[in-house]
Amino acid sequence: MFSRREFLMAATATSALLGSGMAGSWSKLMAQQGLSEDALLSMEPTGNVTLVHITDIHAQLKPLYFREPSINLGIGDVKGKPPHVTGADFLKLYNIAPGSPDAYALTSEDFVSLAKSYGKMGGMDRVATIIKRIRSERGDNMLLLDGGDTWQGSYTSNKTLGEDMITVMNALEPDAMTGHWEFTYGTDRVKEAIEALPFPFLGSNIYDNEWDEPAFEAWKMFERGGTKIAVIGQAFPYTPIANPRWMIPGWSFGIREEDIAKHVGEARDEGAELVVLLSHNGFDVDRKLASRVDGIDVILTGHTHDALPEPVIVNNTLVIASGSNGKFVSRLDLDVKDGKVAGYKYRLIPVFSDVITPDAEIAALIDEVRAPFADELARKIGTTEDLLYRRGNFNGTFDDLICQALLEERDAQIALSPGFRWGTSVLPGQDITVEDLHNACAMTYPAAYRSSMSGQTIKDILEDVGDNLFNKDPYYQQGGDMVRVGGMGYTIDPNKEIGERISNMTLLATGEAIDPAKDYVVAGWASVNEGTEGPAIWDVVENHLSKNPVVKLPDNQSVKLAG
Amino acid sequence: MTLTRREALGLTAGAAAFLTLAPRIAFAAAEETEAAIKAFTGGATPASGKVSLDTPEIAENGNTVPVGVSVESPMTADNYVESVMILADGNPAPGVATFHFTAMSGIAEAKTRIRLAKTQNVIAIAKMSDGSTFMDKKEVKVTIGGCGG
Repeated sequence: MFSRREFLMAATATSALLGSGMAGSWSKLMAQQGLSEDALLSMEPTGNVTLVHITDIHAQLKPLYFREPSINLGIGDVKGKPPHVTGADFLKLYNIAPGSPDAYALTSEDFVSLAKSYGKMGGMDRVATIIKRIRSERGDNMLLLDGGDTWQGSYTSNKTLGEDMITVMNALEPDAMTGHWEFTYGTDRVKEAIEALPFPFLGSNIYDNEWDEPAFEAWKMFERGGTKIAVIGQAFPYTPIANPRWMIPGWSFGIREEDIAKHVGEARDEGAELVVLLSHNGFDVDRKLASRVDGIDVILTGHTHDALPEPVIVNNTLVIASGSNGKFVSRLDLDVKDGKVAGYKYRLIPVFSDVITPDAEIAALIDEVRAPFADELARKIGTTEDLLYRRGNFNGTFDDLICQALLEERDAQIALSPGFRWGTSVLPGQDITVEDLHNACAMTYPAAYRSSMSGQTIKDILEDVGDNLFNKDPYYQQGGDMVRVGGMGYTIDPNKEIGERISNMTLLATGEAIDPAKDYVVAGWASVNEGTEGPAIWDVVENHLSKNPVVKLPDNQSVKLAG
Repeated sequence: MTLTRREALGLTAGAAAFLTLAPRIAFAAAEETEAAIKAFTGGATPASGKVSLDTPEIAENGNTVPVGVSVESPMTADNYVESVMILADGNPAPGVATFHFTAMSGIAEAKTRIRLAKTQNVIAIAKMSDGSTFMDKKEVKVTIGGCGG
């Protein structure tokens, strides 16, 4: 059944020796061949250690559509460098043919028509097939590492407090994980879940707030194929800022690069020949960290959802970005000799769900954890005539839908919707199901508030979020996208400083300028403040869809880019 | 846990011996910061190095921001850190605390938690027993509330 689609592929594979900067050779190794499971998964084993990395699955057990961003701006030193390259520029940089499977997997170019050709991606049963095959090829030489944001992002994960994902992931036998959205289940649930895990949850940068002491296991030494490998875990540094601090009042995070440097030293002292940072810092933070902390061989980065077909090499550190939502699995073969990486081969494996055979055992397990919710998941609540997606710096159509629902259902002048990077896509002409809606908003603090804010306060919020995204120093970036706005337009100049980026704020209904001194009715959701009141955002959107069952979204022109 | 006498002394030095500067009317925080530095150093411009601040890049809670300071010094009778002043240059009153040490402190390290009204620089100035002064400065961002993810 998986050979019905006949198409060409550019193998997402490359290899190079360390020290050559952003290792080229992508084009040379690009082999046009029939897309088959074997072509996607086969790789000549190299060296004595294989790291398998998956991250930011956001609780997506089943195959899905996920449109990569068309705008992902880099500021300052990282302008124009991966991952701040999108669309046609991305295809050019990595020599990927337009219209090819890799073009579909890695960019937003021609997304809708390619989605129809190549089908859905991901699915943890397909991921299982990949992992099991690598494990059978590499045996004891492999480590499976989960970068976190695994337990949140779907209807079933929210209902089971992440237990559905824990069940499936445990069956894949990871060696370690770290986290971010995991913490939004609150201290008690996180502790209970972590204590039951058959592998360590590592967090070098998580401290006990009261005593200012490390609260989690920071790193662990593994021995694989006779090689000692240290894995240091780094949770999302700004979890208590970007997400509700009141849910985890006893824990403090932060980048704490001096702690990472300390653990690298400890690991080397204890004989580690390979040092790996399993990180949820976000790409730019990890790129800076790699330039400042010596002795890390590999950073498996996560959080910012970037999928790059080649490692970025910084200060002799291979930085690997494995995408999100189960769309990709990274395989990094390393030749470790005398405590150094002598060579490597890397492959970002795109999980084409129609090509890779589902693993029967994991497929059955997924069906089992979803069975209690199957009817509700499949319930149709509308249809869409336009593509629904979220990723991108400024707006996404799924957020436009959410903002419309907030404006109308909460009778507001302005709507704010957070710029999360998770949330799946729905193709034009498709039904919108309960599952689709919850993929865009499943969380433990969904209250849709309605409040009065001055024009100045609204500007301050936009400036604050803008600085989280566009601060020139990556250590001050939090890794989300810009807050989405309904009912209001504005101009943003990302290269300016905080307080000066946002201008021309305009109330769309009347065309008048936003008055800093005047109050406006604002509706939004996902407030990090304790005690936020309002209906759950999914109920707001479902009510809106029940009155407006066919979604048509005009091109959103309300955010203008300056500078 | 057993503490050596040196460690125990170091801990007490940080925990007990600090003096909060008297709050003043905020006219211009920057000028006041400048004046406080001059008063502390006796007019000299502090050098960089030796003293290092440990602050978060972004405060999790602006009302209680953990701030640590440590100074490289042999801490011997004729070469030790005498005091370290902490300032927050964007607060209505920039003065935060001054930690006093002696050679008996063993190490010159201290930790406290401070309130930051907005995004600003936290400044630490160390005065050595020979009168020389050193400064470190770190920006701490105080956000309204995040939308990361």
